[in-house]
Amino acid sequence: MITILAAVLTLTILGLLFGLLLAVGSKIFAVEQDERIPMVQECLPGANCGGCGYAGCANLAEAIVNGEAAVNTCPVGGAETAQKIAEIMGVEAGETVKMTAYVRCSGGSNASRKYDYEGAIDCLAALKVAGGPLECTFGCLGYGSCAKVCPNDAISIVDGKAVVNSDACIACGKCVGACPRNIIAIVPANNKTHVACVSKAKGGDVRKICQVGCIGCGICAKNCPHEAITVVDFVARIDYSKCQDCGKCAEVCPRKIITK
Amino acid sequence: MTFASILSLSLAAILVQNFIFVKFLGICPFLGVSKKTDTAVGMGLAVIFVMTVASSVTYIVNEFVLVKLDLMYMQTVVFILIIASLVQFVELFLMKMIPSLYKALGIYLPLITTNCAVLGVALLNVTNQYNFIESVLYACMSGVGFTIAIILFSSVREHLEYAKYPKAFEGFPIALVTASLLSIAFMGFQGLSIF
Repeated sequence: MITILAAVLTLTILGLLFGLLLAVGSKIFAVEQDERIPMVQECLPGANCGGCGYAGCANLAEAIVNGEAAVNTCPVGGAETAQKIAEIMGVEAGETVKMTAYVRCSGGSNASRKYDYEGAIDCLAALKVAGGPLECTFGCLGYGSCAKVCPNDAISIVDGKAVVNSDACIACGKCVGACPRNIIAIVPANNKTHVACVSKAKGGDVRKICQVGCIGCGICAKNCPHEAITVVDFVARIDYSKCQDCGKCAEVCPRKIITK
Repeated sequence: MTFASILSLSLAAILVQNFIFVKFLGICPFLGVSKKTDTAVGMGLAVIFVMTVASSVTYIVNEFVLVKLDLMYMQTVVFILIIASLVQFVELFLMKMIPSLYKALGIYLPLITTNCAVLGVALLNVTNQYNFIESVLYACMSGVGFTIAIILFSSVREHLEYAKYPKAFEGFPIALVTASLLSIAFMGFQGLSIF
C-alpha cells in the first residue's frame, strides 16, 4: 500500500511542480501578441501554400496586423477572405479579381523536335541537354516541373504540354517560378482571351519549327476594337486592363493561337 | 574523465550506436522532415538541443528523487512528464529571450516533445549507469548522430526527386528502402571501437 501511495504521490508532486513551472513561465515569458493575429489567421484558408510570399498563413496574418501586407494579399481566399479580414482590421477591402495561372504555349506535339529525350523527368534537366529536345527555344517542354510544384494538382500534361485547370488553380504562382522557360503567367481568371505563345523568333523561323507559334503578323492588333493587343518582339501581347474579352482577335488569328 | 573515454563515448554515440540507423529510435521525424536538407538541419539542431537539456534534467530527477525513494520503475512515465514540460518551458523561454533562435527552430521544437529518441537517450543514460557529465555528453553526441543521419538521408531524398523508379514505390516506400540501405551501411561501424 505504502509503495503505491509513494509512487502516486511522487508523480503527482512532480506533475504539479512542472505544471507550476509552466504556469509561472507563461506569465514571466509572456510575449505580447496582438489579439487580432489569431482572428485574421482564422479567416485565412490555412493551406500554407506560400502564394502570398510569406512562409505560411500565420506569417501573413502577422504581417497584415502589423500593416506590412494588404488585407487582400491572400490570392487563394479571394474577395470573401479579404472582406472578413477587412472587417477585423477596420479598413475597406478593395476589389480583388480571381487570378489563374496560364501556360502561354500551345506547342506540345505540334512543335517539332531535335532529338528524343530519355532522361530525368524534369524540365530543367531536359533543358540542360543541348537546350532541350524542342526546336523552339521558347516552348513548353512538357516534363511537368510546374505540375510537380502545384499544391492543388491543377496542372496536367496534355499532349506534351502543360495545361492549367483554372477552376482548381489558386494562383499561388509556384508554377511561374518552377518553369525554366518562363512560359506560365498569372492572368485574370474571368478573361478567357489569351495568346498561347511566347516565341520571340521571327515569323519565318517559327513557321519552320512549330505549327501553332505566333508569327507576329499583327492581324490581331489591327482588328482589336479596344487596342488591347500589341506586337512586341514578333509576339502578340494582350493588355488585360484594356481587353474586353470580345474574342475578335481569336477569330482573325491565322495560326489560331489566341484562345477564346 | 579522460580524453580517450570522451572520444570513445562520442564515437559510439555518433556512429556505432547511431540512434536512427542502429537503434531505430526517432524514425518518425527522420522520415517526416527529411524531404529538404535545410529543414533536416533545423530538426537536427533542435534534437541536439532538447536531448542535451532533457538528459541533464532527467539525470538530476532520477538521481535525487527516484533513486532516493526507490521508485526506479517509474522512470519511463516520469521522464515523459519531464521532457514534455521541459520542451514547453524551453519554447516559452526562447520565444521571449531569444526570438531569433525560436524562429530558427520553429515548429521542430514542439514536434520533439513526443520524440522517442529523446526519451530513449534519457533511459539509456540510466541503463548504462552514466554519471552526469557522461549523460550530457552521450545525449549531445547522440543528437549529433541523429543530425548526421537525417542530413545524409535528406540529401539522398533530394536526389530521388529526379530518379526513375516504379510508380508503386513513390513517396514513403522508396524512402524506406533508402533508409534501410543507409542503415546497412552504418552496420559497417559495428566493430569500430577505440581502446
